[in-house]
Amino acid sequence: MSDAFRTASGGRIDRARRLAFTFDGRALTGFAGDTLASALIANGVHLVGRSFKYHRPRGIMSAGSDEPNALVTVIRDRARQAPNLRATQVEIYEGLTAISQNRWPSLDFDIGGINDRVSPLLPAGFYYKTFMWPRGFWEKVYEPRIRAAAGLGRVPEGPDPDRYLQRNAHCEVLVIGSGPAGLAAALAAAESGGRVILCDEQNEMGGSLIADHTSSIAGKPAAVWVAETLAQLTAMPRVTLLPRTTAFGYYPHNHLGLVERVTDHLATPDPGQPRERLWQVRAKEVVLASGAIERPLTFPDNDRPGIMLADAAHAYVTRYGAIPGGRAVLATANDSGYRAALALHEAGVEIAAVADLRQAPSGDWLDAARRAGLLVETGATVTGTTGRMRLASVSLARVDGEGGVGGTREIGCDLLLMAGGWTPSVHLFSQSLGKLRFDETLQAYVPGAAPQRIRVAGAAAGIYDLGSALDSGFSAGAAAAGGDGKRNFVVVAAAADTGSVLGSLPHDRDPTKVRAFVDFQNDSTAKDLKLAVREGFRSVEHVKRYTTTGMATDQGKTSNMPMLGILSEAQGKTIPEVGFTTFRPPYTPTTFGNFAGTARGEQFDPVRRTPTHAWAVSQGAVFEDVGLWKRARYFPQRGEDMHAAVLRECRAVRAGVGIFDGSTLGKIEVVGPDAAEFMNRMYVNPWTKLGTGRCRYGIMLREDGFVMDDGVVGRLAPDRFHVTTTTGGAAAVLNMMEDYLQTEWPDLRVWLTSATEQWAVIAVQGPAARAVLEPLVEGIDLSAVALPHMALAEGTICGVPTRLFRVSFTGELGFEINVPSDYGQAVWEAVYAAGIPHGITPYGTESMHVLRAEKGFIIVGQETDGTVTPDDAGLTWAVGKAKPDFVGKRSLSRSGMMDANRKQLVGLMSADNVTVLEEGVQIVADPNQPVPMSVLGHVTSSYLSPSLGHPIALALLAGGRARHGETLHVPMPGGRSIAVQVVPPVFYDPEGTRLNG
Amino acid sequence: MVERPARLPALPASVIGADGVTLSPAPDGARFVFRGPEGAAQAADEAWGTPLSRVACRATMAMGRAALWLGPDEWLLLAPGEEPETVAAQLAARLPGIGHALVDVSHRQTALILSGVLAETVLAGGNPLDLDIGAFPVGMCTRTLLGKSEIVLWRTGRETFHIEVWRSFAPYVCEFLREHMREFGG
Repeated sequence: MSDAFRTASGGRIDRARRLAFTFDGRALTGFAGDTLASALIANGVHLVGRSFKYHRPRGIMSAGSDEPNALVTVIRDRARQAPNLRATQVEIYEGLTAISQNRWPSLDFDIGGINDRVSPLLPAGFYYKTFMWPRGFWEKVYEPRIRAAAGLGRVPEGPDPDRYLQRNAHCEVLVIGSGPAGLAAALAAAESGGRVILCDEQNEMGGSLIADHTSSIAGKPAAVWVAETLAQLTAMPRVTLLPRTTAFGYYPHNHLGLVERVTDHLATPDPGQPRERLWQVRAKEVVLASGAIERPLTFPDNDRPGIMLADAAHAYVTRYGAIPGGRAVLATANDSGYRAALALHEAGVEIAAVADLRQAPSGDWLDAARRAGLLVETGATVTGTTGRMRLASVSLARVDGEGGVGGTREIGCDLLLMAGGWTPSVHLFSQSLGKLRFDETLQAYVPGAAPQRIRVAGAAAGIYDLGSALDSGFSAGAAAAGGDGKRNFVVVAAAADTGSVLGSLPHDRDPTKVRAFVDFQNDSTAKDLKLAVREGFRSVEHVKRYTTTGMATDQGKTSNMPMLGILSEAQGKTIPEVGFTTFRPPYTPTTFGNFAGTARGEQFDPVRRTPTHAWAVSQGAVFEDVGLWKRARYFPQRGEDMHAAVLRECRAVRAGVGIFDGSTLGKIEVVGPDAAEFMNRMYVNPWTKLGTGRCRYGIMLREDGFVMDDGVVGRLAPDRFHVTTTTGGAAAVLNMMEDYLQTEWPDLRVWLTSATEQWAVIAVQGPAARAVLEPLVEGIDLSAVALPHMALAEGTICGVPTRLFRVSFTGELGFEINVPSDYGQAVWEAVYAAGIPHGITPYGTESMHVLRAEKGFIIVGQETDGTVTPDDAGLTWAVGKAKPDFVGKRSLSRSGMMDANRKQLVGLMSADNVTVLEEGVQIVADPNQPVPMSVLGHVTSSYLSPSLGHPIALALLAGGRARHGETLHVPMPGGRSIAVQVVPPVFYDPEGTRLNG
Repeated sequence: MVERPARLPALPASVIGADGVTLSPAPDGARFVFRGPEGAAQAADEAWGTPLSRVACRATMAMGRAALWLGPDEWLLLAPGEEPETVAAQLAARLPGIGHALVDVSHRQTALILSGVLAETVLAGGNPLDLDIGAFPVGMCTRTLLGKSEIVLWRTGRETFHIEVWRSFAPYVCEFLREHMREFGG
């Protein structure tokens, strides 16, 4: 419990709450308010990971979401292992367990470190150049090995036990970032009374002000102003403050994705709470106040543990009271580096040297540094470093006016601060498709023209000075809320310095031997970039992909601008000429759980169950998914398999009576004076002469003349049709009908209503069906004369109002009882009870398929595939040829649609009368012809017919109706083929005597 | 005459309570979709007992009955506690020969009531509309989505929403809302 690397006091940590955690099994402690990074630094731990490609020892470089090096895995339990978390963003809690990544067997001794020794063999584009030959090796050898070696961290293997929620939110103004500009913007926007959401990725709001001990705003220390402003915002009911919330994606129409980390920072999360919450915010206006990221410097061996961004070191000392080193060197391109050096100096860190890259700096900070006794060298550069697991020394040299480097000297130190200037965080602005503009003074890209309702304020807009940042935030917030309010914040703060460098620092080393890292996470170096340019890559997009610079999980937050600087030097172009790469969501890695939300397991999709589902479950039904519906597929008894159950069910229907749940069939009620005319236009059939109380099998085509849907349509009244559709086609049919009514025939007085779920449908089929139902119905004469096949009647059954259809999809005498859904189960049970003396047998969709195939009834989607005309399916009889028009009619008269050699529906019988064909197999005339064979058609349905005792199949066959009697062949794998005979498609009771019984 | 069995609703009658929000099933009754041109709507105004809203996405209520505007020629008529056939017969008798469509959907859907200060927040878990009282005032209704299910959402009070949902989607919607009530103790 050593606090050797803690300041004596100060910071935002709670020194009264000490928390125990482990890193790679080592027991350590920190304080509430620490991040894992700050706690490690306070424990003197700087080696935290190994780099991706060379397995170089790496430390903590930043203090925020831009961290490229310190990626760790946090383990809560077996199922909760989150890889690749930035230690700089992980808040510690009591018992936190973290491990380092990309090392084996340990962080100190890593076998993969060999890659660093052989690095000359691993240049940019190494994979592309090396794994070209032998060709066959890619799949079996190279790719599996590369995949095993690549990647950081491990994906947890079990299902994610955590819960994730989503929330939609609307606001007048969304402010992203709660630094000075963001707070001022939120304040201004909130004063308008509109809804304001202020989000920030950090656990605490305040941005740069959290660690600011020197500035004051409105006469108060910055921290006090922040606290008061937050209190003011919290008290406003229309303001929502979202800390720990990252705005990760900016989509069209000011639609933004935010992720709120709800419980990751808690030792014992409340199980009622989601782990994370995805906010989908639709904002009228957005104020982007996302700040700026400090640039690292590009010099040889700039990646050792102990080399850190100056601003990060400042944050560790002032915000967390964690001292990142004992003896430090500052390499800076501007004044802001001095602030960090002075803060460290005050905390007792020895500042061994300040290497100012500028030839003649001046100003308050320099004076302050000199007053504090710091040794400042101007016109200096860093030419190298030593120290494997921790920085040991830095080589500084002088740069003369012409860029000559000399006078190198080595300084022992364990901390090197880099201050390379600032890069505005324009990621989200870029995602909003905003244009970026290169600012020569700032040497940075700043927001230009905005295509969406977005304003950028503060450092994100290149406004670094505290007073100006506050003012810009306030005006942006006020303007976003529709006002023109301005406020001049009285600020006492050091003047901001905008100096920066881009490109490699000059050095006197052999450029072919040294590596200056640009993208720390993907291990790409200045040398790699220069090599890519020499090899002919011109477009920045190509160089980026070839070298993978900026393509790691940090999305190049610290590497993009240095890359552009190096390319600019190597290509002799200006930065705008080099171009810019595109930022894409997410800003920081985002868990999949967020996007899934509650859509997993049972709640992945709605599971639709029919009103009699519970009864089927009680009978041991096996269900199948049909769209979102659960349908009973078969009802096995005493250990039957599907085959045995189907055999029994089919025989029962043919010999006695079966009961079947048809509730999922789509139903549309078509009502109005022009209902018949509308039906005439939508369906191929003629409807005008269909009498009330009669039904017809209807076929609907698409405009291209191919069958889209089918179903029985009953006429309840001159102006009312009860239309049924396939289970899967219901929504599409209703949409198409409504579309035609609204756009083509608005003059028709007819209206559509979906009635699918109004009715439970109980099909009772078989020779005994009438006998079962007769005692149950009232007001309906079930006799063949009064209610013939394809008739319907309204009355009651079991005291419940019913629409009773005499229809059959089995070829037997059959009825479909429609009752209001809430009565479905009661009526079903009554029918079943009444049927027991007749041996009533529940049957499922599988038997239904077999029974209808025996009768040659098609199923849309099985016998049809979107290229089948009514004639192809043998349904020409249904087409109302005298009708002036119907959807698809004109297409049917095209020559190709009338070709006699089109594939037509036929029946097939295996010549051996034993072999059941596989559905989907191809049919040929000569099985001995060379491959590829000339194919005549394919099998669409195939079963062993329980009624006939032999296999039957339906097929689509070229010119099939003219081929009845022919013997054809079905080639099978292995050179075998099956001889089949072409027959008419109706196998059972072709005269229909049973149907009409 | 055989005695009619009781209705077996799609959802059990249980109430899900949480801190600041409650989900309960709405009473059963009669529901119709009424569609037709202005002339038919005028006749229906009287026949139904509450004038049908001509303003988009607005519901009207009177004497326990409601009419929800769903489209320029489409209204959802709700009569909780009433018998569908009786209401249908009454309506049919009072609507003259003007072309219209009246379709019984009493069993097609079921309804849930979500109420409490957090009702808006819970709905925002699966509905993308702006449910702020200013944007979605009391009396507003619309066909919309909750998660992956279509619903009709109707604000009957500042903190009370009436949700109509097709019966087979009702368990999904119920569970979806329960999941979003868990963080409030549901």
